[in-house]
Amino acid sequence: MTSFTLPKPPGRTGRSAELVLLVFAVALAALGYTAVQVAVTGSPSGGILSYALGLGVLYGLAHLAVRRWAPYADPLLLPCVGLLNGLGLVMIRRLDLAAAESARQQGKVIPRADAPLQLVWTVIGVVAFVALLAVVRDHTRLTRYAYTCAAAGLVLLMLPAVPGVGATINGARLWIRVGPLTVQPSEVAKILLMVFFAAFLVAKRDVLSLASRRILGLDLPRARDLGPVLVAWGFSILVLVRENDLGSSLLFFGIFVAMLYIATERTSWLLIGLSMFLASSFLVYGLFAHVQRRVDTWLDPFAYSSGNGYQIVQGFFGMGTGGIFGTGLGEGSPGTVPYAKTDFIVAAIGEELGLVGVMAVLVVFLVVVARGLRAAIGCRDSFGKLLAGGLAFSMGLQVFVIVGGVTGLIPLTGVTLPFLSYGGSSVVTNYVLIALLLRISDAGRRPAPAPVSPAAARAQLADAPTTVVRR
Amino acid sequence: MGSALVVALLKYGLLALLWVFVLLAVRTIRADLLGKPSAVPQAAAAVPKAARQPKPQRKKGVPRVLVVTEGALQGTTVTLSTVPVTLGRAHDSTLVLTDDYASNKHARLVPTADGWSLEDLGSTNGTYLGATKVSRPTPVSVGSAIRIGKTVLELRS
Repeated sequence: MTSFTLPKPPGRTGRSAELVLLVFAVALAALGYTAVQVAVTGSPSGGILSYALGLGVLYGLAHLAVRRWAPYADPLLLPCVGLLNGLGLVMIRRLDLAAAESARQQGKVIPRADAPLQLVWTVIGVVAFVALLAVVRDHTRLTRYAYTCAAAGLVLLMLPAVPGVGATINGARLWIRVGPLTVQPSEVAKILLMVFFAAFLVAKRDVLSLASRRILGLDLPRARDLGPVLVAWGFSILVLVRENDLGSSLLFFGIFVAMLYIATERTSWLLIGLSMFLASSFLVYGLFAHVQRRVDTWLDPFAYSSGNGYQIVQGFFGMGTGGIFGTGLGEGSPGTVPYAKTDFIVAAIGEELGLVGVMAVLVVFLVVVARGLRAAIGCRDSFGKLLAGGLAFSMGLQVFVIVGGVTGLIPLTGVTLPFLSYGGSSVVTNYVLIALLLRISDAGRRPAPAPVSPAAARAQLADAPTTVVRR
Repeated sequence: MGSALVVALLKYGLLALLWVFVLLAVRTIRADLLGKPSAVPQAAAAVPKAARQPKPQRKKGVPRVLVVTEGALQGTTVTLSTVPVTLGRAHDSTLVLTDDYASNKHARLVPTADGWSLEDLGSTNGTYLGATKVSRPTPVSVGSAIRIGKTVLELRS
């Protein structure tokens, strides 16, 4: 048992298990860092200790915040996320070294290292994580800000399309410029809109699940209740067309349909969502040349291996070189894949850690998603259930979309791999997402309050002032 | 040679430790799924368990079951053990009442040294033992009527 100066809450909290796993995660990240240093520079030189200590202090703070403000929260989420983020930092550092090396060989200017910046973003992410746990003590209060969240989310989503603010990077217009930095607001919008979806669906779910007509053995909702799903669908299409961002559009629609399904427990929503998705896929395929190119590249990447398919084919080669056990950190050449730090980080991991390593990473993601869904099951109020379910599903879907794209299972769409990919907005919002899941799981796992003796309850009631009961 | 060995050790060691982490995580999940549930469900689970075991005390006049004699749940019985019985509309009550006049946590029966005692848990419409309103823990004898809303219960031996 670990004892801090904090008062120990009664009952099983799982905090000591969390601490042990966190230490393990930091040790693993430090080991990975050492492996990179040894392979690239030949000796375990400086920086390892400071990296391990820095990461340890950072996660130690996050752990203390959880102990203080969410003592019964799920013990697995934070260590899993810590491991993924630590590994991501190691991989980005490794790719920095590769980029520097190839620049040196070609006599070019050594490009800016991304790992330190990613570390800064991680610090910001952990600060956001702690702040959310400290400020949002009760997740049900978020329902009060549902429409504010919706408005903010929509504005953020549309912001990149505004001329002068938005920036087009790599053909997709989903960034905004804030001073020297580029921020991807759709990541933040995703969480805000999920809060709104959850609050909206809790308010409307009786209508959505009960009013129906039965056609061909399927409970179809009334036409007017299709409104919200149509709006979500239209919006995701709009984002797609305006900002050229397939990945986000797919994520938004998938999350909405999944939350609708969780709220109503009705398969018909899944079928409606799926058929709308298919219809719009065909439509978009017919209308946009870049979507056609994506699909063609997906169907036969090697036919386009010097053009559109170059990236994906290089990714395949990387993973193929890695084989079962990988080349070892720092031993492969993952730098040949374009965007290896962001979208293609799975390919880099596949090359250097092999199938065994990629599987471990995917299982860790699976654990995160499973614990998120567990938090949804354990939560007592329907808003928390729906929000936790949506957040967990969104993370699972995002991992599927990008890992599926890189491995050639589905057409490639550019979304980040949570916690592993380089990208500030992604890291920060994913920490917020995990903090929300921890908040909800804390509410679900907290033991029921001890029964108050009837005399005390009466005394309390007698002393209590008259209050206005709010929804 | 030495450095090649170090590199190989780091490579396989890292992979092995990654999976050790995964296994530790899975073990924690397992402990969460199969571990000790919290005290409240245990107490509730103890009721049917006790029903299967022969009761040690079989003296006459010692109540063994709680029977609903009037109301929507008429005929329902709850076997008494050594844990308190909670009555109310809340789903975690020992006896979940379907009675619009009952509160969520309406009343409870607590075993005492010489029988059972009835406590009102601050209900809206009150708990009656016979014709008197229960305002403090009151001993209940076999056969006396406990009234909660439109439901009437009694202890039987």
